[in-house]
Amino acid sequence: MDYLYTTWPWYISGFIIGMIMLCLNYFGKVFGMSSNLRTLCTIAGAGKHADFFKFDWKAQRWNLLVVFGAMLGGFVAVHFMSDASNVSLNPATVAQLAELNIDAPEGKIAPDALFGNAVFQSPKMIAILIIGGILIGFGSRYAGGCTSGHAISGLSNLQLPSLKAVIGFFVGGLVMVHFLLPLIF
Amino acid sequence: MKYLRYILVGFIFGIVLTKSEAVSWYRIYEMFQFQSFHMYGIIGVAVITGIVGIQLIKRLNVKDIDGNPIVIVPKESGSARYWIGGVFFGLGWALVGACPGPIFILLGAGILPTIFILIGALVGTYIYGLLKDKLPH
Repeated sequence: MDYLYTTWPWYISGFIIGMIMLCLNYFGKVFGMSSNLRTLCTIAGAGKHADFFKFDWKAQRWNLLVVFGAMLGGFVAVHFMSDASNVSLNPATVAQLAELNIDAPEGKIAPDALFGNAVFQSPKMIAILIIGGILIGFGSRYAGGCTSGHAISGLSNLQLPSLKAVIGFFVGGLVMVHFLLPLIF
Repeated sequence: MKYLRYILVGFIFGIVLTKSEAVSWYRIYEMFQFQSFHMYGIIGVAVITGIVGIQLIKRLNVKDIDGNPIVIVPKESGSARYWIGGVFFGLGWALVGACPGPIFILLGAGILPTIFILIGALVGTYIYGLLKDKLPH
């Protein structure tokens, strides 16, 4: 049963993610997580300020249920399916992170430097998380999708727009990791 | 019952993204440093599985669970929105190491500072809604 606790290999994980997308297609839906952010804005009343949020959000209820299930899955996986061997990074990566004062994983899914509870006392880290969130929310809606909607659903359907978006994701990600993160941390 | 299937699919999604560590800030950093094949393998196999599956759906005219034809609407054509929006998204993804799915998964896992990412993501979505007509698409 060790395979439940250790890091799942990429070929199994990738296959299951592809099947999840196909499963939603079979249910008559399209896999895409960032649409839920728009739905939540609409529920919160953003339709009063922008037409973009005036749509029948109830038609998106199924997607909120996927989100709810995903949250449960995250809870179960982190609390009951983890062990100390998890997130074994390339040692070169760990050494680079140490230079940025970011703690090594040692089985943790996320670094304490960004996700530990001490963050609540750090205005700088809170600002970083909020700014990251704004970039994600703005960028995914502007591009019309995120990793699930473009990289998985779009590329699977051989969509050229999705390829442009995914190249954009990587350009942004490379600029952040190679040029901006060393300035921020 | 109809709703249970979505919760179940989401549940599996949450587990596989956590156990593959695609929700991990570390894995995203490592990917953008080209220091591991892991994330590229996950995305690559997911896309290959998806391409094969969608081709089968189209060629065999597979019907959905309610018996209707499966129609996957093509993405709108265009360029600016995909390039520019994509770069914004990538900057955020690499900064906080989470895309929209993992934001919810990490919150569910009890990693509480993720709430700031979610708040930001809702604000960012709202800003897009306000500016939509002024932006090039």
